[in-house]
Amino acid sequence: MNAFWVATIGTSVIAFLLKFTGHNVPERIFSHPKVQAINALIPIALLSALVAVQTFTEKSTLIIDHRLAGLGVAILALLLKAPFPVVVISAAFTSAAIYNWL
Amino acid sequence: MSRIESTTLRDSLSVSITVGAYGSAFGAAAVANGFSVLQSCLLSLLTFSGASQFAVIGVLGAGGGAISAIATASLLGIRNGLYGVIMAPRLKVRGLKRIVAAQITIDESTAVALGQEIHGEKATRQGFWLTGFGVFIFWNLFTLAGALGAQAMGDIRVWGLDSAVPAAFLGLVWPRLKTNQDRILAIICVVFALAMTPILPAGLPIIATAFIAVAVGLRA
Repeated sequence: MNAFWVATIGTSVIAFLLKFTGHNVPERIFSHPKVQAINALIPIALLSALVAVQTFTEKSTLIIDHRLAGLGVAILALLLKAPFPVVVISAAFTSAAIYNWL
Repeated sequence: MSRIESTTLRDSLSVSITVGAYGSAFGAAAVANGFSVLQSCLLSLLTFSGASQFAVIGVLGAGGGAISAIATASLLGIRNGLYGVIMAPRLKVRGLKRIVAAQITIDESTAVALGQEIHGEKATRQGFWLTGFGVFIFWNLFTLAGALGAQAMGDIRVWGLDSAVPAAFLGLVWPRLKTNQDRILAIICVVFALAMTPILPAGLPIIATAFIAVAVGLRA
């Protein structure tokens, strides 16, 4: 089994177990404010890191390329309160335009 | 089935269709990052949690290993567990129904359900099930469409798909940046992940930011 299959199955199994466990534990365990705070902060940390790594790296080197333009347009779209599909498509379109024509 | 509140139905359907359509972005990005169409569809059927799914393909696509990919996706999946804690006493289901409820416990089903609480307990439950099933159906159909589309594309950079993934992550994190603390954390994590990329094996710079989040959460 290659890494893609291991990741596909492993992620799926754990994703379900996390959801199912939640449905089977008493609510008070997670009512602590620090647990709530950390739960809100973890997605911010991971998603921000993913944005950075997916935009500015190629293997293990830092690089600036057409993807930066895509990210810039995505930020602009979000500032203009565009819906999610518009954000993604406008970023892809910009990035493709720069990659193909510059 | 008993009568459904029209606002509950409207909220559930609009969320299901718009969120489900993002599935095409996931399917395309998954194939672009080296996953097969089958693997892309299995991730949507079985993992069924957008941020986690994007994380798996993002980490592997960036050259990370399976363990890093699973760990990052699972850390993002913890919040679904907390939604389960919130939803269980409201749904009051057992056995097979509880298993099904768990699988469709995601951001959207929980948010719509809690948004219906002003209309009563029944509307809360209906909002959960309608949105959960609705997103599930559309998300999976659009994943297949996106994956097949990307397979036909060839070089993904020509179509800008290599920028669609970070844009998707940005779109997912943006609404979460509510306070200055959130924004500062995001910037620290961006700088940290980039600074560690040449040093640590791929994938680890991303997971490591979870510890920064825990540190900030414990201090606050």
